[in-house]
Amino acid sequence: MRLLTHNMLSSNIKGVTNGFPLLIEVEKVIEKPVDFNPDFLKNMFVKVDWKALVDASRSLGYAELPEETPESSVIDSDDFLRKFHHALLELHLEEGALVCPETERKFPVSKGIPNMLLHEDEV
Amino acid sequence: MSSRPELKAPPEIFYDDVEARKYTSSSRIIEIQAKLSERALELLALPDDGVPRLLLDIGCGSGLSGETLSENGHQWIGLDISPSMLDIALEREAEGDLLLKDMGQGLGLRSGMIDGAISISAVQWLCNADKSSHEPRLRLKAFFGSLYRCLARGARAVFQVYPESLAQRELILSSAMRAGFAGGVVVDYPHSSKSRKEYLVLTCGPPSINTELPKAKLEDEESCSDDESSGDEENQTVCISDRHRPRKKQKTTKKGKVRDWVLKKKEQMRRKGNAVPLDTKYTARKRKARF
Repeated sequence: MRLLTHNMLSSNIKGVTNGFPLLIEVEKVIEKPVDFNPDFLKNMFVKVDWKALVDASRSLGYAELPEETPESSVIDSDDFLRKFHHALLELHLEEGALVCPETERKFPVSKGIPNMLLHEDEV
Repeated sequence: MSSRPELKAPPEIFYDDVEARKYTSSSRIIEIQAKLSERALELLALPDDGVPRLLLDIGCGSGLSGETLSENGHQWIGLDISPSMLDIALEREAEGDLLLKDMGQGLGLRSGMIDGAISISAVQWLCNADKSSHEPRLRLKAFFGSLYRCLARGARAVFQVYPESLAQRELILSSAMRAGFAGGVVVDYPHSSKSRKEYLVLTCGPPSINTELPKAKLEDEESCSDDESSGDEENQTVCISDRHRPRKKQKTTKKGKVRDWVLKKKEQMRRKGNAVPLDTKYTARKRKARF
């Protein structure tokens, strides 16, 4: 699972008011190279929740992104875009778990696929 | 018809390892899926500027439809309820991210993030009640509600569906409308029993663009008529039935319309099964001044 998807997923267990962002428990991280496309990144930059992305990338062991939300002018810098690209699209959480921030319910991730199925009493 | 997989078993059980393998090793199915997703992507009408979009593939299965999205350069996230199908998707090295998820439980994605959604032959599964806790109406509501939230304004969702009956199509459509979507059904090859395909084309947007909707329909017709002229297959016709959310009922305050309004309301109450007094000549008549 890429951090792009992590940045979108929230826990939708019944009764949870703020299920975003999901915490990450890491067992295995892999990297897969993806074609670099600045247009897509610029589009995503405005949509991404920066803090969630930074926290997630740190928990996967990638600490190159700046802590606070960068100015929108930074988007023109190639160096920044490369880092953003790497964090958003190339880092994969292969094995581990996602944890709901409120209920601490664990969603296991195996072979890169998070199991987001809810039990009947959580719907 | 017993050949419908929906009638055999719930999706996560029907698509076991054997069935998933069968599904994805058949070149015929692969071809059909590719065609369907190609058409769905066309109906999505994404702006033609070469910028990759973030799309959602609902019921992505083994990633056959996702392949079409990747070929067109888009990033996608796929979700499916069958682990066996997702395993095959991994084998096929699907480029999108995969999630094991039940769409009837709601999508649980952040609002406004997704630029478009497609779904090939999946939504009709929601109409089944496979477990005692399943209530198709609620599951459809959860699905369409959460989809509406996660789509960006003006984004489209295109679902290719095989509704079993008229009632089922009606159920799916009305759930979508209730969630706030505008849109309609596009039927390809309506006269052919085999190649007839239905697409549900939904637009997510603020009510203000409702006025522009007829235009959107025209666009559809244009693209469809293009198809007609370019396609050389026989009896290829495309018709569109457009659906809008009903306008807010206007209050009839004009003189003389009061009685009609009252009668209408009484009729509504009667249909709900409430005890309503009979309609007489006194109904909705003004009292005399000396009363």
